[in-house]
Amino acid sequence: MLNSTLSERLRSLPWLLLLTVLALGTFGLCVLFSAAGGSLQPWALNQGVRFAAFFVMMLVLSQFNLTFWIRLAYPAYIAVVLMLIGVEILGAVGGGSQRWLDLGIIRLQPSELMKLAIILALARYFHYLPRIEAHRLSSLVQPAIMIAIPMGLVMLQPDLGTALSIAFGGIIVIFLAGARMSLFVGGGVALAAAIPIAIGFLHDYQRRRILIFLDPEADPLGAGYHITQSKIAIGSGGLSGKGFLSGTQSHLQYLPELHTDFIFATMAEEWGFLGMLFVLACYVIIVGWGIGVALKCKTQFARLLAMGLACTLFFYIFINLAMVMGFAPVVGIPLPLMSYGGSAMMTAMILLGIMLSIDRQHEERVLGEGPSSL
Amino acid sequence: MGGGIGLQSEAGREQMFSRRTLFVGAAQGGLALLLGGRMAYLSIFEQEKYRLLAEDNRVSIRLIPPRRGWIVDRNGKPLAVNQPDYRLELIPEQVQNLDETLTGLSQLLRLAPDELSRIRKAVEDQPAYLPIEVASGIAWDDFAAINVRLPEYDGVQPVRGFTRYYPDGSGTGHLLGYVGAPTREQYLDADRDPLFLHPAFKVGKDGIEKTSDKKLRGMAGARRVEVNARGRIIRDLSTLNDTPGDTVKLTIDRELQAFAARRLGPESGSVVVMDVWTGDIITLVSMPAYDPNAFSDGISHKEWNALVADERNPLMNKTVQGLYPPGSTFKPITALAALAHGVKPDDTVFCPGSYNLGGHRFACWKRGGHGTVSLDKAIYQSCNVYFYTKGREAGIDAISDIASKFGLGQSFSGLELPNQREGAAPTPEWKQKRYKQAWRVGDTLNASIGQGYVLMSPLQMALMAARLASGRAVTPRLIANPKAQTPAEIDIDPEHLARVRYGMFLTVNGPGGTAGRSRLPIPGVEMAGKTGTAQVRRITAAERSRGVINNAQLPWKFRDHGHFVAYAPFDEPRYAISVVVEHGGGGSAAAAPIAKDVMTFMFAPEIAMKSLIQLEAAWNMVPQGPPIDTGQPAPAPEPTATPAGTPDRDA
Repeated sequence: MLNSTLSERLRSLPWLLLLTVLALGTFGLCVLFSAAGGSLQPWALNQGVRFAAFFVMMLVLSQFNLTFWIRLAYPAYIAVVLMLIGVEILGAVGGGSQRWLDLGIIRLQPSELMKLAIILALARYFHYLPRIEAHRLSSLVQPAIMIAIPMGLVMLQPDLGTALSIAFGGIIVIFLAGARMSLFVGGGVALAAAIPIAIGFLHDYQRRRILIFLDPEADPLGAGYHITQSKIAIGSGGLSGKGFLSGTQSHLQYLPELHTDFIFATMAEEWGFLGMLFVLACYVIIVGWGIGVALKCKTQFARLLAMGLACTLFFYIFINLAMVMGFAPVVGIPLPLMSYGGSAMMTAMILLGIMLSIDRQHEERVLGEGPSSL
Repeated sequence: MGGGIGLQSEAGREQMFSRRTLFVGAAQGGLALLLGGRMAYLSIFEQEKYRLLAEDNRVSIRLIPPRRGWIVDRNGKPLAVNQPDYRLELIPEQVQNLDETLTGLSQLLRLAPDELSRIRKAVEDQPAYLPIEVASGIAWDDFAAINVRLPEYDGVQPVRGFTRYYPDGSGTGHLLGYVGAPTREQYLDADRDPLFLHPAFKVGKDGIEKTSDKKLRGMAGARRVEVNARGRIIRDLSTLNDTPGDTVKLTIDRELQAFAARRLGPESGSVVVMDVWTGDIITLVSMPAYDPNAFSDGISHKEWNALVADERNPLMNKTVQGLYPPGSTFKPITALAALAHGVKPDDTVFCPGSYNLGGHRFACWKRGGHGTVSLDKAIYQSCNVYFYTKGREAGIDAISDIASKFGLGQSFSGLELPNQREGAAPTPEWKQKRYKQAWRVGDTLNASIGQGYVLMSPLQMALMAARLASGRAVTPRLIANPKAQTPAEIDIDPEHLARVRYGMFLTVNGPGGTAGRSRLPIPGVEMAGKTGTAQVRRITAAERSRGVINNAQLPWKFRDHGHFVAYAPFDEPRYAISVVVEHGGGGSAAAAPIAKDVMTFMFAPEIAMKSLIQLEAAWNMVPQGPPIDTGQPAPAPEPTATPAGTPDRDA
């Protein structure tokens, strides 16, 4: 593989996926262009440059070997945990909560990277776990701690949405690794029972968001405003939308966060049901491809990593779409590949880069080292 | 799924992974379908609902308050019009930070602290979606400057509107009234018409503005505008223009009204001029008056308090709300009652200077007495003793009966002025009912000379003069009506009327008439009139024997009211006039000269203007200030007037 030419390498890439990502990213830029009132500034140009840079980065990442990823897993996890602690300290020093580290080029949100790091780390853990131990409860203690640490740190920020998505990714990997089914059934029941108690621990604004989600019309000008206006934008688009640059909800500023969390509503208003179907189809292709990759893989690490990442991506997409359409509380999760923002874009592209890398090596049966064949 | 056995081999592990992956994948597929279904539901099945909601968001209806109808005079000259005005409104619910916004605005507009507190109070009291007026009457330069800065202040919007403007200012103050924001009661009465909450919508609060409010109001228009989430107007979509209110044409003559207002000058009083055949009120002036323009964009507390505190009552329309004992201007009524009772015009009464009733002395104004007095002389010399005698003969019921025929004790529903007062043409029954006291002969004597219980408004005095002049039962009116017919004659013997008119002619034009110095300076136009002086304090017998204190030495409030009623021309009557000068001293000195100039203005304006300009020059030399405590002479209405000793004071 390493000896093959660049053109060979390019030819071997899954072009349907790349085209889908390109199409979605470009469409997102169009929406940003419109959201700014038909202007490249302040969002579309910025985001375009980022998209191009990260797209190249994704292709570069696709060329790394699986061995690299499995070696990277624990150091990356530890590094991101340290960054999360760093953010906490910076926040405490600076007064008030802070979620990002300013790296000059982008403001890096470690919690975003943690979504990937947790999958990597758990995939590595289960990869090296002897098969016979996979079924034991004791072998779940370490994964539980690995999930709890970053989750707790992110909750402190406080960022409930990201904390939940970290937990979701981790639990999915545990599930796929073959943990006892009864755990998940029991866990689900326990979770349902714990929800009322958990709500008691939420911040006021988080609790309000959840209550408003249950009945947004109860407070149309207050906290329910986001959901109500978003539904109006989506619904008023109709079948084919109001036309490019003609959205009233977005241009007259009724839609909050129209370029980040609610970009789907901004798009839906102007492109209608057809536009939404297009976006949904793109995401189905991407996630579906990811599941396909996972199914083809021959090593436990590769398949857990591939499916874990696919599920993380799905979780992102689903929560965002459900939120803008009034199915989930407003949790502040951006829409991958479309929303404006460097951190989210970077995370999504790294995720796809790793997936491409796995896809390229799905036939590998032996990783560079370790007891993979046990 | 995935028992321990499956995990024994790599194949088993792979199998279980595949099963679970497919399970998760299927769940994801299901959720994707759910999302797709939700999309279709929102954008296709509920499209209409959301399209309306989006339209509701986007489009806002802004009322355009109707322009108020004009008020014009009998010749179509404007008395009340609308002036373009630049205002700034604030919609509390769209304001991000009220304190910051107000600070910024007060710097831009130099808002006074009490203005700021008014705005804050309105923000607290009103529903948050209603605009509040921040400032009005903003100069164009300021308005332009504000418009540039406006994007910094959400919820603040510039408005171009109209304010009421009265070109003649205080001269038409009481007549026209003023406009102001509707009260809460008016809003509820109007079925909560949102127009009533619009800061630029005003309703009439007094005068013609109040009584003709419905006609003047017009119909609101509306502007459909596209607004953003902050309420800022992005563009106009369509406009339905307002329908301006109807023009109201008055019977007033703008020039005469203005002249009369200026001629009253520093005095507190009133002038009413009326057409003797139609009852058209040509002039209705009450002074001092507020400037109605001060109310158009809201009057300040300070200005209002000053108006309320002024002892000269600038808030009261004295022409219909001021009641005065008519004094000697009432004597024509007593004369008619005597004639109707059978008194012959040439019957005489001897006036020794007083009339004795059971040991009580009723004084004539002339201490030495008038000697032998006939009816004519009794009128032009205004002899009290004659009228005590003949009035007593005729009796109070006859006097009261005649008085009612001349409009006393009545208000006029056809007259478009609020708060008219009726006054009184007293009878024994009236006194019994009102004061629970029996009528006494002394009351009849007092009533005979227009004192005691007799009370008239200046409007009634003018009406009395008009009915005396034409013999018609005219009623006063302010709204022009070209179709109106001359009313029927009043039930009085024409010969009696002619006799009384002759006495009034001599009052002005005869030798020794009490208004001899107020002859019209126009050849061929003669005025017939009657002076009157109403005491506002009781003169004791002791003071009378010492010599009655000269008016000029009394505090302003205790000086006599001066009255004059007249009509002209004598031979072909057209205009009747009443002049009341509060605390101005005698009717012949204070009131008659004003009537002379106003009447002159009707026939020869240039002569009247010359006289006015001289007077105004003289007034300016008089030091300003209230004449009450200082004991200084009041500013004389006519500085060249009255050498002492001339018989110009009457009872």
